[in-house]
Amino acid sequence: MAELTYRDAVAAGIAQEMERDNSVVCLGEDIAAAGGVFKATVGLLEKFGPLRVRDTPIAEQAILGAAMGAAMTGLKPVAEIMFSDFLAVCWDIVANEIAKTRYMTNGQISLPLVIRTGNGGGSRFGAQHSQSVENWAMAIPGLKVVAPSTPADVKGLLAAAIRDPDPVIFFEHKALYATKGEVPDGEHIEKLGTAVIRRQGSDLTIAALALMVPRALEAAEKLQAEHGISATVIDIRSLVPLDTQTIFAAVAKTGRLYTVEENPRLCGWGAEIASLVAEELFWDLDAPITRITTPHVPLPAADRLEDLTIPSAARIADTILKTID
Amino acid sequence: MALQIEQTAARSRPRATDEIDATTRLALYRSQFEIRVVEKRAYDLFLQNLIKGTSHLAIGQEAIAAAFGVAMKPGDWSFCTYRGHAHTLARGASMTGVLGELMGRECGLMGGKGGSMHLTDVDRGVMGSYAIIGAHLPIAMGAAWSAQYRGTDQVAVCFFGDGTTNIGAFHEALSMASIWKLPVVFVCENNLYMEYTPISAVTPVKNPAADRASAYGLERILIDGNDADVVYRTAQSAIARARGGAGPSLIEALTYRHHGHSRADPAKYRPTEEVEAWMKRDPIPLYRQRLIDFGVAESTIVGVEEEIKQLVDQATETAKASRPPADELIYKDVWADGGWAWRN
Repeated sequence: MAELTYRDAVAAGIAQEMERDNSVVCLGEDIAAAGGVFKATVGLLEKFGPLRVRDTPIAEQAILGAAMGAAMTGLKPVAEIMFSDFLAVCWDIVANEIAKTRYMTNGQISLPLVIRTGNGGGSRFGAQHSQSVENWAMAIPGLKVVAPSTPADVKGLLAAAIRDPDPVIFFEHKALYATKGEVPDGEHIEKLGTAVIRRQGSDLTIAALALMVPRALEAAEKLQAEHGISATVIDIRSLVPLDTQTIFAAVAKTGRLYTVEENPRLCGWGAEIASLVAEELFWDLDAPITRITTPHVPLPAADRLEDLTIPSAARIADTILKTID
Repeated sequence: MALQIEQTAARSRPRATDEIDATTRLALYRSQFEIRVVEKRAYDLFLQNLIKGTSHLAIGQEAIAAAFGVAMKPGDWSFCTYRGHAHTLARGASMTGVLGELMGRECGLMGGKGGSMHLTDVDRGVMGSYAIIGAHLPIAMGAAWSAQYRGTDQVAVCFFGDGTTNIGAFHEALSMASIWKLPVVFVCENNLYMEYTPISAVTPVKNPAADRASAYGLERILIDGNDADVVYRTAQSAIARARGGAGPSLIEALTYRHHGHSRADPAKYRPTEEVEAWMKRDPIPLYRQRLIDFGVAESTIVGVEEEIKQLVDQATETAKASRPPADELIYKDVWADGGWAWRN
C-alpha cells in the first residue's frame, strides 16, 4: 500500500488505464503541459505524449463534443471540465447528446467516455466555482454518476469508469484533492454502482457522498464519544447506478436514516433515497427520515458564510441529536 | 441574394472538358431523384396521418446531400441535422428503414426510437442526425480526431444550416478542428432562412459561413449548392484535403428549400419573386438537362426514374405493413448491457 493524495490518485487511475489501453486519451483545459489547475493530471503528458494528452481551448462544448465523437468511433476519452459549474455551458452535449444517443439510435452507438470534473465547495470560490451538481447529472437517464471520497476510490472507481462501456460523470471533490489515503499497489479497480459501509453502528444510518463522508464520520465519532450514539456511515460513491441494497440493509438494521448532501436541498439525491426508503422500507423505520443539506441558496464566498452553508460535522451531529429520541 | 446565386452559378458552369464521368453523373442524378421522391412520399404520408410529429424536408436541397454521398468513401462519416433524411439516404440507407422510422414502425432505422430528426445508420457511416442546432459540429470534429489519432484515412463530413453559424458550438468546433488540423469537412447549406427569419436579418456578414472562414484560418469557399457537379467537385477537393492531413474545410453552399422550415410552416414570409427565381433553379430538372446535354439517353434517365419510383412504392408498402415497435423497446438500450437499470 502506498499513501497517495486524492489528486495524485486521479493521475494514477488514468495512467493505469492508459498503460493497458491505447484507446484511452485525455483532453481538457490546462490538463497537459500545466498538469491541470488542480494538479490532478501531473505527469500524464510526460508519460504518454501530446497525442494522448491534449490541451484544449476554453471551449467546453468542443471538449465534450470531441470526446463524444471520439468515443463513438473507437476511442475511450477522459475529458476534464475544470469546474463542475462549467457543465452548464456544455449541458446540451451532456444531457441531450451523450446521455441519449445510445437509446435514440436503438443501440447503434456506444459512448465509452468519462467526464471528470472538480465539484463542490469549501474553497471560497463563490457561487459559480463551488457548486455540487451531482444531482443535475443524476436527473438525466443515460448517465452514470460517481463521486469518490477517498484516494483509493478515486483510483479504483476512475479506472472502472474508463473501462465502463457507458458515459460516466466522475465528480472529484475540490476540497478533498489534498487529502491522503492508502491506495492498493498494482492494478486497482473498484466496481461501479456499489456503496461501502465506512463505519458500523446500531442506532442510526448516515448516507453521505464525497466531502460529506469524512464529515459524517467525524460527526459519528463525536456522537459516540459524547452521547453514546452509534451510527453507521455509508459512502454512497455511485449515484447511478445506486446501491439501494447496501442502504436498505443498513436502514433495516438501525431503523433511522439521515442523508448528508452538499447539493442545495430541492431535488437533491437524498430526496430520491428518502423516497425509495419510504416506499420500500417504511415498516422498518423507527423515525422520520431527515435530510441534512446545503440550504436552497447559491453559495456565498466569504469563509464564514460558506462554512455555515455547507453541512459541517457539527451541524450533522446537532441535527441528529435534535431529532433522535 | 438571387443576384449573388446567379453570379455564383455563372462561375461554376460546367466546363467543356469535364472530368466527371457518365457513371458518376448518373449516380448523382439517381441519388437526387431518390431523395426527392422519398421526401415527397414523406409529405404525402404525413397528410394521411401515417407520419406523426414533425419533419423537415430537404426538397430543393438534394444536390448537396447527393454530391457528398457520391464523393464520400464507405468508411467516411456523415453527421446530419434534423433536416437529415437526404443525407441519410445519400449514404445508401434503406428507404424502408427511413420511411419506417418516420412512421414509427418496427422496421425503422432505429426501431422507431429516434424518429425523423435523429436518423442514424452506423453501418453506412451515418453517425447520427442531431436536432439541437450546432451540437454535431464538435461531435463530428471528435470523430475526425479519432481518425487522426488512430491513423485511419477516414473523413467526417458535417452538414448544417445557415442558422447554425450563429451558435457558439459552430465557433468552438471550427476553432478546435483548425488548431488540431482534423480531417473534417463542414458543409453549411445556406437556404437563406433560419427557420422563419431571413438569415441576413440576424447575421452580421453577408455569407454566414464563407465570410467567417478566415477567422479559423480557412479558405473562403462559396458555391452553388443547386448544381450537383459543382458540389461534387468541391466535396472531392475538401475530402482529399482532409484525407491528406491538411485539415478541415468550411464550405458554404447556396440553396433553397421549396417548402417551409418544417411541416408546420407554410413559408408565407418569402417574397414570390424569390421563390419563383429559385424554383427555376430546382436542382433536379437542372441536372436532368445536364445529363441530356452530356449525351445520356433520355430512356436511360427515365429508366432510373421509374425504378426509383417503384422502389419508393415498395418501401412505402413494406413500412406501412410493419408493426409498431415492441413495448419492451422502452426499456432497451439505455446502457451498453441493453438494459435501463439505475439501481440494484
